[in-house]
Amino acid sequence: MSIALATHELVKNFGGLRATDHVSLTIHTGARHALIGPNGAGKTTLINLLTGVLTPSQGTIMLEGTNITRLSQHARVQRGLVRTFQINQLFADMSPLQSLCLAVSERHQQGRDWWHVAGSNKSFVDEAEDILTRFGLSDVMMQQTRFLPYGKQRLLEIALAIACKPRVLLLDEPAAGVPEEERHEIIDILADLPKDVTVVLIEHDMDLVFSFADRISVLVNGALLTEGGVDEIARDPQVRAVYLGESGHE
Amino acid sequence: MSMTASTHDMMLEQARWRWSESLFWILSVLVLFVFPSKALLFSQIAIMGLFALSLDLILGYGGIVSLGHAAFFGVGAYAAGLMAKHGLGDPLLGLAVAACVAACIGWLTSFLLLRGSDLTRLMVTLGIALMLFELANRMASITGGADGLQGMMVGPVLGLFSFDLFGKTAYLYSLAVLFVLFLLSRKIVHSTFGLSLRAVKGNILRAGAIGISASSRLVAIYTLSAAIAGIAGALSAQTTQLVSLDVLDFHRSADVMLVLVIGGVGWLYGGIIGAIMFTLMQDWLAGITPQYWEFWIGLVLVCLVLVGHDRIKTGFQSITARVSGKGGAA
Ligand SMILES: Nc1ncnc2c1ncn2[C@@H]1O[C@H](COP(=O)(O)OP(=O)(O)O)[C@@H](O)[C@H]1O
Ligand SMILES: [Mg+2]
Repeated sequence: MSIALATHELVKNFGGLRATDHVSLTIHTGARHALIGPNGAGKTTLINLLTGVLTPSQGTIMLEGTNITRLSQHARVQRGLVRTFQINQLFADMSPLQSLCLAVSERHQQGRDWWHVAGSNKSFVDEAEDILTRFGLSDVMMQQTRFLPYGKQRLLEIALAIACKPRVLLLDEPAAGVPEEERHEIIDILADLPKDVTVVLIEHDMDLVFSFADRISVLVNGALLTEGGVDEIARDPQVRAVYLGESGHE
Repeated sequence: MSMTASTHDMMLEQARWRWSESLFWILSVLVLFVFPSKALLFSQIAIMGLFALSLDLILGYGGIVSLGHAAFFGVGAYAAGLMAKHGLGDPLLGLAVAACVAACIGWLTSFLLLRGSDLTRLMVTLGIALMLFELANRMASITGGADGLQGMMVGPVLGLFSFDLFGKTAYLYSLAVLFVLFLLSRKIVHSTFGLSLRAVKGNILRAGAIGISASSRLVAIYTLSAAIAGIAGALSAQTTQLVSLDVLDFHRSADVMLVLVIGGVGWLYGGIIGAIMFTLMQDWLAGITPQYWEFWIGLVLVCLVLVGHDRIKTGFQSITARVSGKGGAA
């Protein structure tokens, strides 16, 4: 099986704090890989390192066999490494349609087009609208993003990533803050992701993790505690002590 | 499918040319015939409007604050002035060279603005303008220093229209250049590139995450803005046949910021409308109270900003009231 994403001895120090501690991770193509760990374990930091938001203090990152450790954020996106954010990062004064059209245009290398009106390429608009419809956002696609309800913004957060046609998709707590009764929308979308897309999911909801993932890595204090199949991790007493115990008091 | 067509149309709708815009530009020509004696003042307005438009491209669309935009205006003015002084008096050639020189300096300095907060950007732009001012002051043998550039000979526009004493040619020429560059800017802000700029300004982290290279977009718009500011400076040099250190002075950077804030940031007509209000007010107040007109400009500015601020506040209050009313616990 080919390897989609791998890190080797990745380290990130914030002053005296080691937020990522020699993490060597291998994620196979098409995997449904969950990354779990208590709050502050360094999950988001790891995503930031993988996507180029942060530069590692040490170590390397390989995407489909290429060393991307020094590549810029946007260059990684163009290679198919795309993420969502734990805290919504949206274009507040743009509409969902504009945001999606822009993402689609960028993917087609048309983001520098300064001559044609944005949206004049009908196939881009169609593609954007397609995604919005799939995400149940078509009724609000012309509204300003800042006025959308939180649940819709959360969906848009994922839709924007999908518009980049990811080969490897990193989802940072996609259901965070979404009320129980709206969670199924997100769960359905995760289930519908194309099988050839490699997905790394950070999530606190254990039911979601166990139903979605085929492999789980556990991160504690910046370091990998253990890694294995779903049953293996569910049974692991160490994991239960460190993580499942901790999540109980949330 | 009809649904798709309408979505597509809706995307294009906001870039549509409106009849009120036609009216605005027709009126801008007509005023010359109604108030022919004010032509010089009008051409001053057109140039200020163009200068403010260039600032709006970086401030309103790119989110880059600048307190040194006069650097490009001044460089453009000196470029066109020096050409006219040394026998290359063709106005359009002057504009082209001024645009190139200003664009080069804009491009070079843009890299200093890619990182850092608004405050560092203010300081860097201010510093660059100060350095250029001092440089022009020191190179008096070329720039004429404090006395200004002497002996400019500006030829007729397109070889046909000579500059007259009343400023009629000056105004129509400045207005035509403003109009063309306005159309270009309008095209750009409504393009995909323009949308990507809004994205970079709105959320640079997300912009990167959808594959936008924020730096290259900011470099591009800053360079363009510098070129347009340079053209504004060149227009000023050619229509007044005068270039002095004043073109690089700090007050010019501050004035253009005032003009843009008065007229409205992030709206291409804002700079032009601000220029109309600012210049007319300045002209009128200078007639009544020659020494204190800046006081009144200051007062108007403070009122404008406070009113705008208030409106934001009430809007915010009504939203929070609604949210806390719905959610129960606040
Ligand atoms: N930019 C930063 N500067 C300093 N410390 C940070 C920064 N980002 C994260 N940290 C720290 O790194 C640790 C890991 O944080 P994070 O990756 O957000 O954890 P998780 O996503 O697993 O909850 C925390 O102790 C956090 O305070
Ligand atoms: Mg996190």
